[in-house]
This record gives sequence, structure tokens and C-alpha cells, in this order.
Amino acid sequence: MTVTIPTMTRRQTVARAVGVTKLYGKGEAQVAALRSVDVEFAAGEFTAIMGPSGSGKSTLMHTMAGLDTLTEGEVFIGDARVSDMSDKELTLLRRTRIGFIFQQFNLLPTLTAQENILLPLSIAGRKPSKDWFDRVVGTVGLAERLGHRPTELSGGQQQRVACARALVSQPEVIFADEPTGNLDSVSGTEVLEFLRDSVRSLGQTVVMVTHDPRAASYADRVVFLADGRIVTELSEPTADAVIDTMRSLDGRTGAA
Amino acid sequence: MMLTFTLKSLLSRKLRLVLSGLAVVLAVMFVSGSMVIKDTLNRSIDAQFTGAYADIDLHAALKPAVEAEGETAVVPPVDAAAVERASRVDGVAEARGLVLTEGARVIGKDGKVVPGTGGPRYGESWRGESGLIKLRSGHGPRAADEVAVNAGLAEKAGIEVGDRVGVLTNEPRQTFVVAGVFGYSGDRDSIGGEQTVAFTDPVAQRLMLGRADRFSGIEVTLADGAAAGTVRAALGKQLGGGYDVLTGKELAKKASDKSRGMLDMMGMLLLGFAGVAVFVGVFLIVNTFSIIIAQRMRELALLRALGASRKQMINSVLVESFVVGLVSSVLGLAAGVGIGALGADMMASSTDGLQVAGLGVPVEAVVTSFAVGILVTMLSALFPAVRASKVAPIAVIRAAAAPQGRHRGQTWTGGIMLGLGALLLAAGLFGSGGASLIIPGVLLAFVGVSLLTPLFSKPSVQVLGAVFARSTPGSLGRANSARNPRRTAITASAMMIGVALVTAISTVAVSAENSVAGDIKRDLKAELVAMGEAGSASSASIAPAALAEIAEVPGVRNVAAATMDTAKIGKENQAVASWQDWAKAREVLGLKRVDGNIDTLPAGAVIVNESTAESRDAKVGDRIEVQLQRGDSHTYRVAGVFADSTLSNGMVVPWADAEAGFRSKQPSQAYFQLAGGADESQVRSQIETRLKGSPEVTVQTRADVIEMFSGGFAMMLTIVQALLGVAMLIAVLGIVNTLALSVLERTREMGTLRAIGLSRGQTMRMIMTESVVISLFGAVLGVVVGGALGLAVARGMEDQGVSQLSLPWGQMLAYVVGAAVVGVIASIAPARRGARLNVLAAISHG
Repeated sequence: MTVTIPTMTRRQTVARAVGVTKLYGKGEAQVAALRSVDVEFAAGEFTAIMGPSGSGKSTLMHTMAGLDTLTEGEVFIGDARVSDMSDKELTLLRRTRIGFIFQQFNLLPTLTAQENILLPLSIAGRKPSKDWFDRVVGTVGLAERLGHRPTELSGGQQQRVACARALVSQPEVIFADEPTGNLDSVSGTEVLEFLRDSVRSLGQTVVMVTHDPRAASYADRVVFLADGRIVTELSEPTADAVIDTMRSLDGRTGAA
Repeated sequence: MMLTFTLKSLLSRKLRLVLSGLAVVLAVMFVSGSMVIKDTLNRSIDAQFTGAYADIDLHAALKPAVEAEGETAVVPPVDAAAVERASRVDGVAEARGLVLTEGARVIGKDGKVVPGTGGPRYGESWRGESGLIKLRSGHGPRAADEVAVNAGLAEKAGIEVGDRVGVLTNEPRQTFVVAGVFGYSGDRDSIGGEQTVAFTDPVAQRLMLGRADRFSGIEVTLADGAAAGTVRAALGKQLGGGYDVLTGKELAKKASDKSRGMLDMMGMLLLGFAGVAVFVGVFLIVNTFSIIIAQRMRELALLRALGASRKQMINSVLVESFVVGLVSSVLGLAAGVGIGALGADMMASSTDGLQVAGLGVPVEAVVTSFAVGILVTMLSALFPAVRASKVAPIAVIRAAAAPQGRHRGQTWTGGIMLGLGALLLAAGLFGSGGASLIIPGVLLAFVGVSLLTPLFSKPSVQVLGAVFARSTPGSLGRANSARNPRRTAITASAMMIGVALVTAISTVAVSAENSVAGDIKRDLKAELVAMGEAGSASSASIAPAALAEIAEVPGVRNVAAATMDTAKIGKENQAVASWQDWAKAREVLGLKRVDGNIDTLPAGAVIVNESTAESRDAKVGDRIEVQLQRGDSHTYRVAGVFADSTLSNGMVVPWADAEAGFRSKQPSQAYFQLAGGADESQVRSQIETRLKGSPEVTVQTRADVIEMFSGGFAMMLTIVQALLGVAMLIAVLGIVNTLALSVLERTREMGTLRAIGLSRGQTMRMIMTESVVISLFGAVLGVVVGGALGLAVARGMEDQGVSQLSLPWGQMLAYVVGAAVVGVIASIAPARRGARLNVLAAISHG
């Protein structure tokens, strides 16, 4: 059963997947992670991708970010067709138009917080705008800790550094992969609030993969995946609504 | 069960083991290669000398008065009466006097002495064909102006029967007709590369021994049924204590031993390479096993948690290292046999007429290979193994490997060794300890520094890396190289050792070279000098008649001729020199008086340089007994002492004694002072014309002389730089190893960097920077340590004439640049691997 989500027309689309299929293995052992998925993410929106384990939510994000290849279909970031880019073009795409936040923070232990935040810019050979940098740092509340190395920061602080790193190059879209998965609930809330703020006040676009209904409730929109297909979505969700939807999905998966 | 586990884990890290195994392979290769070369050439030479003296039952000759290393002793001539006495000994069928001594040199068609072919140059009396000697063409010498030559010499010189050739002997050049060419049994052209000129008896006696009716030895044929041992003893008794009586076999051994000199040199050289390879290899192996253990921390902890004892852990690592050592030894032995065969072949082909014996692998090469390969590997692995056993079972639960310990023990040991080394050096240089303390001091300091390397690797790497920090990949690479100071230090040590070794030797060589050049510039007052090649000065000869003619050439103001030799004082050898006219010598030499009178050299007096006076404990007025090569000993009065000089060292004896007692009575060097306003090049060509009959010397300017004296240092440097090559090769392996590990350990980090926009090229540059920084750290440390130790040694060689201390700046720079290039090369494979990481897989790694 395929449910196609009608396009949101009000806002401009930043990222788009058209008929994306991802197969692993061959013959008998073949497994489909994604089956002909169509989805669009609008500018200035905070979208959460949810689904049970093995639903394909991470794979969807990875293919959209150009980190994973497709078996069929097309992926666009803005007007750029990601699906057949060379490694060079992909590098440039990630450098200028995409930001990442990982579950494991993935900061460089040899660099200070400030150096970590500025890393994407210095890799690209760009100079940071002082105002923007201060604003980002102010938003994540790290002004006091810029000289510290990751080992001297708490998990929440590290993830906020990672958020700032994703924001500083002002990408068209930030992909966040389970950003609160490794944090306690207080730190997780901080990060989620910060992500929502960056969308509301800085106009950032964020796509977040999560399996935590409470985290998803911070998003403007939640897309649900099951068995590699998009099954439904919610707008302006509450945690309870997300939980209910998940429960119904679980029931279905269990029956399948 | 433990064994199965060990072997399985061994196979799972093939690449790393291959890298560390390579170091062992190289070391074993050099060790076994040197032995195979030596064995093969030994057997080749033995085959050459087979039958060379087979037809001689016994041979008696007088013991030489002076025997010096690397020189052929002058055999005192035996008179006819001794031959007569020998023939009367019971059991002797026949005793014949023969002439066979070194020192006949044939002048080739180009006017130069025919180049040697690895063996001695004999002048002998023709004894006719025998079981050994076979005429190939013509006949033996019948007239005084006829000679026969061996086929090897004939071929080298390009001469045949009927040609006229010039021959240099103890007498100046004389011309002969080649009457015959002979070879040896078994169709040999030469025996061990020897060149032989056979004269008629009287000519051989006059030219080779200096007197008629004299012989170099007595050849004895035994009567039927006589026992060699008995006759030998009887001969010794009859002839007196001054004689050596040898069997043909012993003679053959003595002759072949001469050909083995170069073998020993080659063997030492290869063993030196092996030593460096082993030394550097130890660092690499320690590093590899440390790395393997760091990677397996969790696995080892799991084993511990499952109940494996510490002993089992250590055994596990030791078994692993044993297998690596065993496999490497087998490969190294195989490579060594190959290299050995190749080397023996090359050396044999540079010795004309030497047939290479079949390839053989001596038992000691096999034993040594396995002993070196397995022991070195196991000992190197022991330290990491003990550490492995200390892994706490709790490490299973911890995500990251335990942080590196402080290794206080190593720091202390290093500090103490460095301190002791410095003390020894100081005592050797400035105290009364003497130079014998310098070498142990240098070695101690060296090992001390190696152990201390981790201490300053972090700051050094930061400073060195600053050059690269301008770009982001560069600054990331620089930061990475400072992350594990211990690993960086061990990796860099391999480079450090090689570079330090070469820099130290270069420093000594350059200091010595500059000292020599400075001395010659200051002391040499002659514009032109005629001398032979460096190192063979004593065998060169200049016809005295030619010098007399040159003295008459317009523009030549002064001619001073000299000859050098080795004499004996007590049991020790003493370098002696003599000048045809001491007053003229004083003009060209620029000697400084220290004590007594050095202006005149009357009969019965000698003048010595300062260090000789010191070592002989001789003061002006003392009497000193000196045995020259020929004749009875002289008792000389020390007339004066002069300051050490590169041009003239040792003891100067009166010319009349040298003419009678030196190896050759002809001068071997001549110094020419020109008159003011004379055209140097014109005078030079006039001198050269008159020296046509003395082809062993060439006319040289002061610049040529300086270059010639420095030539030996250049040769030494070339050899040492080859050593550096070996050390660098192993250093590359170490760096590759460390980088491969870095890439592995930082997979997730690199995935992140790639995800946030680091390109493949930038990733490669990042890894390359890390590599170059480590390599540079090793090289810079090596240059500093090597330079310092080299200066210390050079300072300690003041007595050997090293008066100036200089650093080889150009070479030091070259070594550092070379190390940077090595760093780039070493990084290629790991950098490619790092750049090709699958970004997604990398991010999710570990």
C-alpha cells in the first residue's frame, strides 16, 4: 500500500525525493530499505522522520544527504540532482548546502569548540561573518566554552557545539540523525529547543530522524515510515498524537 | 585452544604483520646475505688456489723484518749457502732457490701501469712448465731482456708474444720482450687475480731482490718415503730460527688469504647494514605489537574476563611474534641467499678470472638467520606483551581503549643513559679519561635520546607542523601527529637513528676533510706535486734520473723527493719517511719546530712529529732502535720534534738508510717549487714529459692534492649514505604502519570531516601532513643528535689531525628534505585509503 503525500505548496521546497527505492543484497536475500518513496521538505520547516526500527528512516535521510546511493529514483537539494553527482560534486554540496548533526556528536577531539564550529567554513576556505558566528554561538549558549576541547564538555554541550557547527555555514538544510539519542532528557530538551529556535528565528530548515515521540513533537511536521514506505504524516504534532500514530504503525507492522 | 585463538587473530591482521615482518626480513636478509657472499667467494677462491702450490712439498723463507697490515712484507733474501745447507738435510731430494715476490708492474699501451685484478703482482724467476704452469704460446724467458707473463695479465694489458713491454720493479722502468704467455692447470688464466712477470733467474734476482745470487725462498722436494713433518723440523733446525718452513698447503692458504681481504671488508659492510636494519627494526616491531595490542584491548580484556591468566596473555603475544619471526626469517634467508649469490657474482666479475663457485647456503647462515629473526622479533614483542597482560577485564565494558600510560620507567632509563653518556663524553673530551670513553659515551647518549623521544615529540611536532598549519587539512594533520606522542616518537625514532648515524659520520668526515684541506693549504709550499693515488703512495715509484732532469727545467726552483714506508720499533709498527735532501724538504713542508733541531738531519739522527714523540715517549737526545724493512736495525738519536702536519707524519730517517732499508729505494713523491713568474701549466707539461717513464705518479696542483686527500672521506660517506637508505626504507614501513592505524582509529572522525565537506584531496593532504611531520621530526632530531655527537667525536680526534670542527650543513639539509620526501611517499597508500572511505560507513564506524 502506497500513500503519496500531497505537495505543500505554500513554501519553497529545499529537498525532494522522487520514487526513491533502495535495495540491499541480491536475489533471494534482497531486502528493500526504501520502496518508491516520494517526499518533499519545505524551507523554514522543522520536519521529523519517524518509524520503527528498520523502517528505512535513516536510509531515507542518508540518500537525501548524498551519503548513500539509490537503486532507483531521484533526489534533489534545491534544483541540484544529487542522485548522479560525482564525489567532488557531493563534497561541494555537503560543504555549502547541507549541514549534519550526528547522534555521536562527532566532534574533532584535537580542536576547541570554536575551531570545531568553524571547521566547515575553514575547510571551504571561507571566513565566518562575525555577526552570524556570535548569533549562532549566542543561540546555542556556548560563548563561555569556546576555548574548551570536546573532552572538557558535557554531552549536551558537545551536541550544541555540533549544532552550531551545522548552522554556521548557513546550509539550505540540516540533517540531524537521532540528535538526542545519546543525551539525557534535560540536555535533549535543550538541543531540541535550540533546533526549533533555529528554524523559527533563524529561518533554518531542519530534517530530523528520531524514534523518540517527545523529540518528534518539537517538529512542525512528522513523516512516518514503515517497511520502506511513507505511511502517514502529522502537522503540528503533540507527543500523544505521535505516540498514537506509532502504536497504530506497530500494530500494522506486527500484523504484516 | 589459546594457540588456535592466537593464530586466528594473527591472520586477521595480515597487513600490519607484513609491515613489521618486512623489517625483520630486511635484517635477516643482510645477515644471511653477507654470510652467503663470504661463503661463496671463499669457496671460489679456494677453488682458484687449488693446486697452486701442490708441487711444493716444503718451502723455507726468512721471516720478514716488518709486517704491516695491508702491506706485503719485504722478504729478506736467502743466500746460496742456505740453499746448499737445505739440500743436505735428510729426506730432501732437491732444494732449489727461487725468486717469487710482489712488486713487478707492467706498463700498458696507454703508458699507465696495467690495473690490478684483485690479486698480487708477482715478479718471479722462470721455473719452466710444471703440473701447475702451462705455456699457452711462445717459450719461457731465455735472455736477460725476455719475460713470460701469465694469461690474465696478457689479456688485461692487451699484449702478446713478441710485444715489447715496460716493467717497473724495485728498479725504474726497463723494457722487455714478451717471450711467452702461460696459464695454469685447469685452464686458469690467473690464480686469484694475480699478475705474474717471469724473468730469467739473474734478472729476477737483480730486479726483485736487489742482489745477484739471492733468493726469496727455498723450494724443497722430499725424497721418496720421507715424512714432511720430520723433514720440516730438520730443515728448521738446520736453517735456524730466522726461517719459516711451510708446506705447499699452508702456502696456498697464505696466498689465498690475501685475496680474502676484500671479502672481510664486504662482510663487515653487510653486517653493518644488518646491524642498522636490526636496530631500526626493533623500534618498528615494538611499535607494531603495541599497536596491535592497543587495537585488541577489548578482545584481550574479554579473554581475561573469561579467565585467561596473565601468563597465557603473554604467551599468546609471544607465540604470535614467534610465528612472525619464523616466517620473516625464512623469507629473509631466501632473499639473503639471492642477494648473496648476486653480490658474489658481481664481486667475482670485478676480479678477472675468478670463477664463482656454485651457490651454497652455509649452515651458520641458516642458524644465524633464524636466531636473529626469531629472537629479535620475540624480544621486541615482549615489552608490549607484558603490557597486554596488564589489561584489566573492565576494559571490555569501556568503549575506548585505556589511555596511554606515562612510562616513567622509560623516561628515567633514558635520562640516566643520556646523563651517563654526557659524563663519559665530557670525561673523554676534557678530562683525563682519554678518547676511549668517547665511543661508549656516544652510544649511551644515543640510546638515551631514543628513549626520551616521546617526551619532546609533542612540542616538536607542534613547532615543525606550524609550516603546514596555514591550510585546514595541514593544521588537522599537524594536530593528529601530536595526538599520540609515544607512537609518533617510536615511529620517528626509526628515521632519527638513520639520520643521526649518517649526520654524525658526515660531521666527523667533514671536520676531518676541512682539517686536512686547511693543513695542506697552510703547509704545502710547493705548487706542483707528483704522487700516486691516495693510499698507495708507498708503492708508487719515480725514476730518480727523471727528477734530476726536472731540477734543470727552467722555472723549477726546487725539487724535494720523498718516500714512505713502515718500520718497526720494538714490536710496534712505525710510519717512516725519508727525504732525498732534507734542506729542500724543509722548504716545501712548512714544518713548525717544537723541540731540538729540525733544520738538519745528520747520519744516525731522526726527526719525529709531536704525536710520535709522545706515543714513543721520546725526547730530544733520546736513543731509539728502529728496524727498517731491509737490513739490520738502526739506533737513532732523536734530533728534533716538529708539530703534527698532514703532509709529513711519523719519523723522518736519513736518505742513505732509506735507500738501503726501505721497500723501494726510489722516491714515491716529489714536490716542485716554481720560480717566481714561471708559467705553472707550461712547467707542469714539461715535468709530465719527463715523468713518462714513471707512470705510477701523476702531477697534481695543490687543489688536486687537497681533493685527493679528501677522496677517502667521500667514499666513506657514500657507504654511510647507503646505510641511511636502508634505515629510511624501514622508517617508511614504520610510518606506513602508524598512518594505517591512524586512519583506522579515526575512521569515524574522517567520515565526519568528509560529511561536513572535506574533499578527498584535502583528506589526503591531512594524512600526508601527519606523515611528513612525523618524518621531519625524526630527521630534525637525527640531524641535531647526530651533529652534536659527531662534533664530540671529531673533537676527540684532535690527535688524529682533526683540528677543525665543521658541520655538513648541505648534507644535513639534504637529509631533512629527503625525510620529507620519504614522509610523502609513506603516506600515499594510507592517504588513498583514508580518502576512499565510504563516508556513511565511516560515520557509523565503532
